[in-house]
Amino acid sequence: MNKAVNFFNSQFKKVKNFRITRKVFSYPYILFMLLFVVIPLVMILANAFMAGGSFTFQNFADFFSSPSGLLVLLESMLVGLFTVVICLAIGFPVAYFIAKYTKSGTLVLLFILPMWVNFLIRTLSTKALFDLMGIQLGLGTVIFGMVYNFLPFMILPIHTTLTNLDKHFAEAAGDLGASEMQVFLKVIVPLSLPGVVSGITMVFIPTISTFAISSLLSNGMVFLFGDSIYTKFNQGLYGVGSVMSLIMFAFVLVSNMFMNKFNKAQTAGRQLW
Amino acid sequence: MAEQQKKHRVARKQSDNIIEIRNVSKSYGTKPVVKNISLNIKRGEFVTLLGPSGCGKTTTLRMIAGLELPTAGKIFIGGKEVTEIPPHKRPVNTVFQKYALFPHLNVFKNIAFGLKLKKILGEVVTDKKGVSYQTFRKYTKQEIEKKVNDALKMVDLEDYGHRHVNSLSGGQQQRVAIARALVNEPEVLLLDEPLGALDLKMRKDMQLELKNMHKQIGITFVYVTHDQEEALTMSDTIVIMRDGEIQQIASPQKVYDEPANAFVADFIGESNIFSGVMLKDLKVEFMDTVFECVDTGFKKNEPVDVLIRPEDIYILPSDSPKAHIHAKVASSVFKGDHYENACMVGEYEILVHDNVQCDIGEEVGLYIKPSDLHIMRKSRIINEIDTEMWDNNIVEICEGKFPCNADFPSGTKVKVKIDFDDLVIHDDEEDGIIGGVVVSSIYKGSYYQCVVRADNYYSFFIDTDDDWLKGDRVGLSVSKDKIIVERLAEADNEQGG
Repeated sequence: MNKAVNFFNSQFKKVKNFRITRKVFSYPYILFMLLFVVIPLVMILANAFMAGGSFTFQNFADFFSSPSGLLVLLESMLVGLFTVVICLAIGFPVAYFIAKYTKSGTLVLLFILPMWVNFLIRTLSTKALFDLMGIQLGLGTVIFGMVYNFLPFMILPIHTTLTNLDKHFAEAAGDLGASEMQVFLKVIVPLSLPGVVSGITMVFIPTISTFAISSLLSNGMVFLFGDSIYTKFNQGLYGVGSVMSLIMFAFVLVSNMFMNKFNKAQTAGRQLW
Repeated sequence: MAEQQKKHRVARKQSDNIIEIRNVSKSYGTKPVVKNISLNIKRGEFVTLLGPSGCGKTTTLRMIAGLELPTAGKIFIGGKEVTEIPPHKRPVNTVFQKYALFPHLNVFKNIAFGLKLKKILGEVVTDKKGVSYQTFRKYTKQEIEKKVNDALKMVDLEDYGHRHVNSLSGGQQQRVAIARALVNEPEVLLLDEPLGALDLKMRKDMQLELKNMHKQIGITFVYVTHDQEEALTMSDTIVIMRDGEIQQIASPQKVYDEPANAFVADFIGESNIFSGVMLKDLKVEFMDTVFECVDTGFKKNEPVDVLIRPEDIYILPSDSPKAHIHAKVASSVFKGDHYENACMVGEYEILVHDNVQCDIGEEVGLYIKPSDLHIMRKSRIINEIDTEMWDNNIVEICEGKFPCNADFPSGTKVKVKIDFDDLVIHDDEEDGIIGGVVVSSIYKGSYYQCVVRADNYYSFFIDTDDDWLKGDRVGLSVSKDKIIVERLAEADNEQGG
């Protein structure tokens, strides 16, 4: 009897001692991450290294020995590269002028506005427009679609770094004898690099991994890495598909490393906490 | 002959001035920040622009640097007009308040930044036609390295060249900022509150170091600070500013001993300031007592401000025949090397620094040497505003409608006069007829003299019993019997209408 009471009391204490601390609020998030991020990743890993129920590198061999698969990867990277270069060429000046000459975020909003429309609808309308104008669909139209879709991802991070840039740096450079052009090249551009790198990553990775845009805007003629993964999984080739997903994953990791390196160079030695 | 000499002197004076600021004004929108200031800075001088925050000192410095353009007036550096010239073409360098060291460059590259951009005179080349011309070149790598290392040595950071700027302490960053500016060999070094972010000990060390650097290099330093002690220790000349206007330009000693007005006296050091009347030459009346002084040249019965430094007053036994006035001690606080005694002379409070400790309530006699009384002309004896009538018996002052006893039709141009002690300050802006910001508040023995700037930038002088916090928004009102309205001459009215 006494034991039972003690047990009850101790359990009751536990419940009583349960307090809502900051930690508690992270539990749903951890659960979500486990379910939808960690477990799928583990499954991709397992799929990539398994075939017929045993550990194997066969899937990797299959992918890297097929010229068509590698060609798709190469083409995707070229498309990604073009998209990034064009986005940067348009995005940096836009971000710079918005940051320099406007204070409110209205103009930025204007560039983000298309993002509020579903990208499939946007892409289909783009396609309809091209058809209407009689422009032949192909690599060019795909790159246009990519730039159109991902330009905001280039403008936003660059705009953020530029607006957060202390205006004293530009003033100090001018004071030390730099003309406006030199101030731009020697101070503003280097200091906005973290934004640029983050913009490049945020454009490059989605460009090579999206699937609908390329096939829609080229009538299925241009076949990118994302489309390729999609078909592999559709055909039930989970092994090779997983290997390709891992390659994408590696890209993300490498670009993140770059981003961290740039951010570190900027804040080296500064004690954040 | 005398004429010629004078001309000669004027000419020489001009060549002595490295910086000339002529009638410069600056406003942001309708808000004036610097109001028509003129200032000459001699070559090699250490000049400090001193004043409370928001007085326009930093704006003035930034206009010299070219980071702000004046709304009116002209600026000359080394005899050349630079008013519209961009900063990178001016022979000045700036040490910024927050250093503004480039975070993407290490210490060495930060200092080399200006040198790498600089074009210097190269050799004179003669072309085929026999025309010789001057070529320009950039510094070589070796030259830059030597100069940067010399600069690092000057600020005691010899081994820090490779270090990242963010890994340095505040004091070290400060030194790098100074080295980065000085390495370009500017004619003028501008310093914008450079020691503001350092702790007290470090600030004292850097003050001396800066002073030594100034002596060694011999170029002109223009220094901005709100710290009066810093200004007094370091400068050859102090320029005291308030509310966008220069109050006084003088040596530290003169600023302390002979402040131009009550504001300067209050801002620099501790002071007793009283309102008084100059009865005649050598006789001044204040605290209801007539004192002998050494000042002459005032009008008979001219209202003046009288300054007495607390350390210039001597405490004597109350029965001493030398004592000018008798006082009662209200408090006595030990301050390390002296006692700070607050004494009451009737209703007036007077601060005395002396070595004598007094008991509270003790009766004492006070003695002041006539030469220690400093008489200052009042900058204003009544508030005067030119305005017009809003309606019969209502006058418009600073966009507010004040009831008054003046039966002029609407639109009549009038001059309004309001005595300092007739204006009433309200804690709540809504309680007043117009609103304004407290610019300064100076204790004058038995009352405070506040300056309140209305929203159209007219500054009212107001005598009150309370100390109002600088920067606070307050309301202003006047009883209708206290507004003196004078109709301006007919000609003015017709011209205006």
